[in-house]
Amino acid sequence: MNFVLGAVDYVGRAVLHSVEEAGRIFQLFLSVLAWLVRPPLRLRPIFKQMEFVGVRSIFVVVLTGTFTGMVLALQTYHGFRMFSAESMVGATVALSMTRELGPVLTALMVTARAGSAMAAELGTMRVTEQIDALYVMAANPVKYLIVPRMVASVVMLPFLTIVSDFVGVVGGYFVGVHLLRINSGIFMKNITKIVELDDIFNGLIKAAFFGLILSLIGCYKGFNTTGGAEGVGRATTEAVVLASVMILISDYFLTALMF
Amino acid sequence: MIQIIDIHKSFGRQKVLDGVDLDIEAGKTTVIIGRSGGGKSVLLKHIIGLLKPDRGQILVEGVDITKLNDRDLNEIRKKFGMLFQEAALFDSMTVGDNVAFPLREHARMSEAEIREIVADRLRAVGLSGVEAKMPSELSGGMRKRVGLARAIAMRPRIVLFDEPTTGLDPVMTEAINQLIIDTQRNYDLTCVVISHDIQSIFRIGHRIAMLYEGKIVASGTPDEIRASQNPVVRQFLSGSIEGPIKII
Ligand SMILES: Nc1ncnc2c1ncn2[C@@H]1O[C@H](COP(=O)(O)OP(=O)(O)OP(=O)(O)O)[C@@H](O)[C@H]1O
Ligand SMILES: [Mg+2]
Repeated sequence: MNFVLGAVDYVGRAVLHSVEEAGRIFQLFLSVLAWLVRPPLRLRPIFKQMEFVGVRSIFVVVLTGTFTGMVLALQTYHGFRMFSAESMVGATVALSMTRELGPVLTALMVTARAGSAMAAELGTMRVTEQIDALYVMAANPVKYLIVPRMVASVVMLPFLTIVSDFVGVVGGYFVGVHLLRINSGIFMKNITKIVELDDIFNGLIKAAFFGLILSLIGCYKGFNTTGGAEGVGRATTEAVVLASVMILISDYFLTALMF
Repeated sequence: MIQIIDIHKSFGRQKVLDGVDLDIEAGKTTVIIGRSGGGKSVLLKHIIGLLKPDRGQILVEGVDITKLNDRDLNEIRKKFGMLFQEAALFDSMTVGDNVAFPLREHARMSEAEIREIVADRLRAVGLSGVEAKMPSELSGGMRKRVGLARAIAMRPRIVLFDEPTTGLDPVMTEAINQLIIDTQRNYDLTCVVISHDIQSIFRIGHRIAMLYEGKIVASGTPDEIRASQNPVVRQFLSGSIEGPIKII
C-alpha cells in the first residue's frame, strides 16, 4: 500500500514538475516574442548566431544527409526488388528525405551542436553572474542573448534542411544509379513525378518549427542554470535530451496535421 | 538616498538576512563589513533589485524597488553601477567592449567619444592599452579592475562595490582605494563598498556598518566603529579567534 502511494506521489510530482516547466518555457517564448517586435532589432548578433547555428553546421548536415540518402537507397532497393519496383527507389528516397529525414536529422544534429552550446553558454553566463551583470546595466538578457539565438535557429534550420534534402537525394542517386545500376532516367523521372513542392515546403516548415524548439529549450535550460560547473553540465544534457524528444514528438503531430 | 528596511531573505531553509535595517546616505561612502558567507553580497544584490526580499522594503530615493516591474526597475538601475565580487565580465567580448557596454547601451555618444572614455577609465584603474584583450587572458586582479572600470564608465550616481580590493597587491589596493575616494569626492557619488580589508575600510568609509547573523549589529563613523564596545565588532577588527564570532 505504501509502495503504491509512494509511486503515485512520485508520478504526481513528476507530472506537476513537467507541467510547470512547460509553462515557464512558454512564458519565455512569449517574452521572446515581445522583445522581437520591440525595436530596435539588432542584426549583428543575429548574423553572428546565424553563422554559428547555420554555416558551421553545414559540414555535419552534409555528412549525415548523404549517408542517410545512401542507406535509404540501399534498403529500399532490397525491399522493392522483391516485387520489381526498383524504379521507385529514387522517389522513395526523395520523399523520405524531404518530408521526414531531412528536417528531423538536421534538427537533431543542430540540437547536438548548437542547442547544447546555447545551454552551455547561457548556463556559464548565469553561474558567473554575467546575466546578473546584464540586468544591472539595464540590458535585458532575453533581448541580448535569447532573441538572436532563436531568430537565427528558426531562419537557418530550413536552409540546412534544403542542403540535407539535396545531398540525401544525391547520395541515393549515387547508390541507386552507380552501385545498384538503376536506370538514371527512370530514377529521376519518378522523383519529379511523385515528389511535390508541398512535400518540400512542409518539410521546411517542420524544420523552422524544430529550430524554434531546440533554441527555446537550449536557451531556457541555460538561462535557468544553478549550481556551478556541474549545473552547466546538467543543463546542457537536459537541453539536448528534452529538445530531441520534443522534436520527435512534435514531428508526429506536425506530420499528422500536414499530410 | 537608500533606505533598507527590515529585509528578510532565506534560501531554502537557510536564513541569510534576518531583518536588515540600514540607511545609506547620499554623497557618502558606506562600507559593509562582516564575516565571509554572512550575506554581504546577498544584501548588495537586493539594493539593485537582483534579488527580491522575502519581506521588507528597499527605498531608492523614496521609491520601493522591491515592488517595481521590470521596466521601472531598469530606469532605476540606470543610476547604478556595480562591481561584482568575481567581476562578471562578459567573456565573449574584449575588455574594451566590456567597459564600453553601458555607454553603447544607454549613452548617445559617437564611437570616438566612447573609445576615449574607455581609455580614460582603464587608465584610472592602471590598465592602459588592454582594450583588445579578452577577459580570459587577464589575471584575477586585472579582471576585477576592468569590472571597476565598467562600473564607473557611465559615471553613475550610486556605485556598489563588492570587495574591490580583494586579491590585489598592497600597492594596487592603495591605488584602487584612492580611485574610489577620488571618484566619490569629485562626482559626489553615493558608494556602497563591501570589504574585508581593515585598512581600506577606515580609509574609504564615511560610514561603516557591520552585518552579523543577518542583522546590522553596529553602524557609525569610522571613529565610532573604532571605539565600539560591541564584542562582534571588536573581534572582527582585531582579527581574534576568541569572541562571539564562531569559527565552525
Ligand atoms: N543564489 C543563492 N542561492 C542559495 N544560496 C545562496 C545564494 N546566494 C548566496 N547564498 C548563500 O547565502 C550566504 C551568504 O552569501 P554571500 O555571498 O552574501 O556571502 P558574503 O558575505 O558575500 O561572503 P564573502 O565575504 O565570502 O563574499 C551563503 O551561505 C551562501 O551559500
Ligand atoms: Mg560576497
